[in-house]
Amino acid sequence: MTLDWPTLLPLIFAGLMGIAILVYVVLDGFDLGIGILFAAAGDHEKDTMIAAIGPFWDANETWLVLAVGLLLVAFPMAHGVILTALYIPVFLLLVGLILRGVAFDFRAKVPTHRKARWDFAFLAGSLLAALAQGYMLGVYVLGLQTGLAAFAFGLLVAVCLAAAYAAMGAAWLIYKTEGELQQKAILWLRSALVFTVLGMGAVSLATPLASPRIFARWFVFPEMLYLAPLPILSALLFLWLWRLTFRLAETGDTHSLKPFLALAAIFTLGFLGLAWSFYPFVVPERLTIWQAASATGSLGLILVGTAFVLPVMIGATIYVYRVFGGKAADLRYD
Amino acid sequence: MDPLILSRIQFAANISFHILFPSITIALGWVLLFFKWRYNRTGDTAWMRAYFTWVKIFALSFAMGVVSGITMSFQFGTNWPGYMETVGNIAGPLLAYEVLTAFFLEAVFLGIMLFGFSRVSNGVHTLATFLVAFGTTLSAFWILALNSWMQTPTGFEMRDGVAHAVDWWAIVFNPSFPYRLIHMLLASGLTVSFLIAGFSALRFLAGDRSDSMWRALRTGVFAGAILIPVQIFVGDQHGLNTLEHQPQKVAAMEANWETRANVPLVLFAIPDEKARENRFELAIPNGASLILRHSTDGIVPGLNDYPGNHPPVFPVFWGFRIMVGVGVMMLVVSWTAGFFLWRRQTLPKPLALLMVPMALSGWVAVLAGWYTTEIGRQPWLVTGVLKTADAVGPVAGGQVAFTLAVYLVLYAVLLLAYLSVLYYLAMKAAKDGDTSPLPAVLDTPLSQPAQN
Repeated sequence: MTLDWPTLLPLIFAGLMGIAILVYVVLDGFDLGIGILFAAAGDHEKDTMIAAIGPFWDANETWLVLAVGLLLVAFPMAHGVILTALYIPVFLLLVGLILRGVAFDFRAKVPTHRKARWDFAFLAGSLLAALAQGYMLGVYVLGLQTGLAAFAFGLLVAVCLAAAYAAMGAAWLIYKTEGELQQKAILWLRSALVFTVLGMGAVSLATPLASPRIFARWFVFPEMLYLAPLPILSALLFLWLWRLTFRLAETGDTHSLKPFLALAAIFTLGFLGLAWSFYPFVVPERLTIWQAASATGSLGLILVGTAFVLPVMIGATIYVYRVFGGKAADLRYD
Repeated sequence: MDPLILSRIQFAANISFHILFPSITIALGWVLLFFKWRYNRTGDTAWMRAYFTWVKIFALSFAMGVVSGITMSFQFGTNWPGYMETVGNIAGPLLAYEVLTAFFLEAVFLGIMLFGFSRVSNGVHTLATFLVAFGTTLSAFWILALNSWMQTPTGFEMRDGVAHAVDWWAIVFNPSFPYRLIHMLLASGLTVSFLIAGFSALRFLAGDRSDSMWRALRTGVFAGAILIPVQIFVGDQHGLNTLEHQPQKVAAMEANWETRANVPLVLFAIPDEKARENRFELAIPNGASLILRHSTDGIVPGLNDYPGNHPPVFPVFWGFRIMVGVGVMMLVVSWTAGFFLWRRQTLPKPLALLMVPMALSGWVAVLAGWYTTEIGRQPWLVTGVLKTADAVGPVAGGQVAFTLAVYLVLYAVLLLAYLSVLYYLAMKAAKDGDTSPLPAVLDTPLSQPAQN
């Protein structure tokens, strides 16, 4: 492999897209999770839960726009292949995101007696978006297969990803709230974790079994040794988090951010595993990142902009999280 | 069912729904900055009340715009893969810059603008308002650069059926871009002016005579009255630019079949593409020649010069007429209202009644104008480079029909909900008047989620 721009740029953009997807999954994951947890929350808790994500969700969702945008602009060939293959799930994702996004605003502005229906739309939208993302992940992992088995596997991953998002949402609530809601969130986190483990296990097993190429990437010497930390660390983190949930109730706020960070770390490890499995393909077994990439000149131009803008935007995002740091208070337009 | 026509309807429905909300947020951001600036300068809480009323509408419109915009970025892939495969090298960077510079700017600082007034200093809050307004405008810049490039592509070359960039300056500042950008920014300004004027007129009719109502009403009416003549001039320039670069579109706008001198301005007609003539034509002699060539014997291109390569005439002809008609109504209404507000310091009731439906006049004009220019580009998706029919994806017609049906229902419901919230907010603002609790300024809570 020679190190010239036509080789490097698609690689860089695959990395950027990976980062965008990962950041999206972690950040919007807790937004969607809180929407899913609306199913278990009491009416008086919903306002606090919304307040915990209010100032952030717009920017969080923008990472999805960036991820899809990068797929669109850097790998136009793959964009078409993946999205036409996933036509209906993508559609369901969009309907979910539309419902979630507008319900967030409508619920605060409609007359009080109509609020419940927008709360339901918020729950339904969040759940639908999470399920659709999970289904897409499942089908993508199987190399965009069709058929009953792929469909069933997609559904399994859908449920598990929704649960994983619920776990993220619960972890975020533990950080952002206090009192009764915080205690409830601990219980939510525990139930959701079971499904999260199941889902990550299912994807980890299915990926190598679905493709001999991926099997060969993982189960050979000496790569197996270098890769072993990924599953081992994930398992340890899960175990540690599970034990932590039993201590959270007594220790109060000392550890309140740790569940969220642990989950984000687990997501990152899982993501790295997937990246290793699929590299260098952007469409599994069909298109490599180089085959799908845009012209070098166009990629270069985008990279220049990205190099300037991304650090600024990350800084601005951190600033916003600091401004709205601490426990979620009533969200006020002031 | 034909996936091409269904995909076209679906994309048209989506983009029509989407454009309603950026049309509001682009200019409303600047109006909010104006309210904030007046408050900073005068310390008059009525300006801040106007700000808080309209920032809610901004938030709602922004959310509607974001979710429908995301839908579009996915539909490029789900329905139109040929588009990015052919012109991805051009469209890619423009879309990327839109997301990177503009969209992030809006999304990140929106949180502070909406909920940060009591958490950050007044200066930072004003800065956040500015950055959001700047972000929405920048967003329009990139999107219109791409759209204009699709209309009048320059600065590229074709290699193996794929467009490659040669000169980025020529791509961004392609011939129709400056006109289209200014035309659209003014259109957004007018949409917001009439929305604010109509919304305030509704408060006026509900008996509200509060300071914040008058401030908003005057802002809307006077902004509309100032912008509409500018828009008419810019629109004319844009038309002349189209005549130069896309003559077949102008021919369709004027329903002119033969290239000739002394072309009349057709006021009413049913263009018949089969017979290639206008039925029930009502026209002003030499009008089109005069407008387009500034001389009665000016030569105006005709559709028959472009067999099989001109847009469908009926929608382009009527889209243009509706846009211009609404523009004329805007001129009459805003100047009349401006006169009464300036000289009589009040509004006659019938005029206020007329201004309420005119709140949505900007939407009608924006849609009619975009239909004119987008349908006017057909049969091309990118003029001379890619035909719409060649960009559609392999998805089955039945699937597209299903998604289209759900989108249409969803959009109809959301639009209804949006308008009823506008009405509810207007009534609520009218009821509260100047007694509404003013958060942070008067130190009384205005809880966003638990609003009663």
